[in-house]
Amino acid sequence: METIIEKSLEEAFEEKIAKEIRIEPKDWMPEQYRKTLVRQISQHAHSEIVGMLPEGNWITRAPSLKRKAILLSKVQDEAGHGLYLYSAAETLGTSRDQMIADLHSGKAKYSSIFNYPTLSWADIGAIGWLVDGAAIMNQVPLIRTSYGPYARAMVRVCKEESFHQRQGFEIMMSLCNGAPAQKKMAQEAFNRWWWPTLMMFGPKDAESPNTEQSMRWKIKRFTNDELRQRFVDMMVPQAEFLGLTVPDKDLKWNEAKNGYDFGDVDWEEFWNVVKGNGPCNKDRINTRVKAYEEGAWVREAALAHAQKRAAREAANQAK
Amino acid sequence: MSQQKEWPLWEVFIRSKQGLDHKHVGSLHAADAEMAIQNARDVYTRRMEGVSIWVVESKHVHASNPDEAGAFFDPANDKVYRHPTFYEVPAEIKNM
Ligand SMILES: [Fe+2]
Ligand SMILES: [Fe+2]
Ligand SMILES: [Fe+2]
Repeated sequence: METIIEKSLEEAFEEKIAKEIRIEPKDWMPEQYRKTLVRQISQHAHSEIVGMLPEGNWITRAPSLKRKAILLSKVQDEAGHGLYLYSAAETLGTSRDQMIADLHSGKAKYSSIFNYPTLSWADIGAIGWLVDGAAIMNQVPLIRTSYGPYARAMVRVCKEESFHQRQGFEIMMSLCNGAPAQKKMAQEAFNRWWWPTLMMFGPKDAESPNTEQSMRWKIKRFTNDELRQRFVDMMVPQAEFLGLTVPDKDLKWNEAKNGYDFGDVDWEEFWNVVKGNGPCNKDRINTRVKAYEEGAWVREAALAHAQKRAAREAANQAK
Repeated sequence: MSQQKEWPLWEVFIRSKQGLDHKHVGSLHAADAEMAIQNARDVYTRRMEGVSIWVVESKHVHASNPDEAGAFFDPANDKVYRHPTFYEVPAEIKNM
């Protein structure tokens, strides 16, 4: 009996997926679907939150008031993205505290790109242009992802994301049109960020065991390699416009496939950073843990205050 | 003092412009209603997406059961006559 019910539930679920009907929080879903989503959405949320750190590093040193206001706004957006995504993950039955604990313990991952340092102001341009560009490439298809709350969060995120890329491109453009030393700064930042950005699309399809199931459940719509190819095809002309050289000697237009051939990512470096040995992994987590711990008294006080006020109101009403 | 550590969860509804309904936009954590409204402003209206905000603590929302949606919404299924397209209006009759 149990298994018959289970089976018909699963069939109903598969039917919805096939018909492009979104899955909503209280709908029945396979345990593995739920787990995959919690992992992916919380990982995405953590990336937005940790992603504030490399850029936050330059807010006080932005070269003008205008740039400072823009960067502040962008970083604030990323906090918002983290919050939309944490909320989406919570609809699957996990708690905010649990997700944060998993981030801090290292159990949960976040995008490795944020484990690289921002050495010069040009890195802020490169991040907006390349990293947010890659994020958009990854996120736009997620607007059609099969889980409703995740898809809706992505609509908001994507709307806000395009200003991020444009402000980054504008920073790069200013530097590239500036003095030779500024142009050099831009090129150096480009060299630093190009390869880590290509890693953002994840391991090669052949080495990405979760991709196939995620595609079947329509959580993912394109494979890692497909998105990486699109990104390269989109970015190379933009780099040419800026007068920057793509740091890849194997980069070549391939007429037959109507796209670029490009060199292989250093996968050893990729896995090394994923495992926690990137230039900033420890620093990023320590910063998050410190902020969380030092904020604990504020969270407790706010709750105590709210409870006291609620009790006082209840007493007044009883009079 | 209570054992509760996480701030309660609130559902956020926003009226995007005067004359429209409040619409559910998402949720957030806050210690009380006042903070929930302030946080909702910062999280959900950074680009003038709203002129009014409602917050409701999530535990107060009651929902219909999706597993019973078929039977629950069934009474409306066979009542096509509730729609204007059910009725045939002669071509001579205008503006109906
Ligand atoms: Fe973001
Ligand atoms: Fe993002
Ligand atoms: Fe962004």
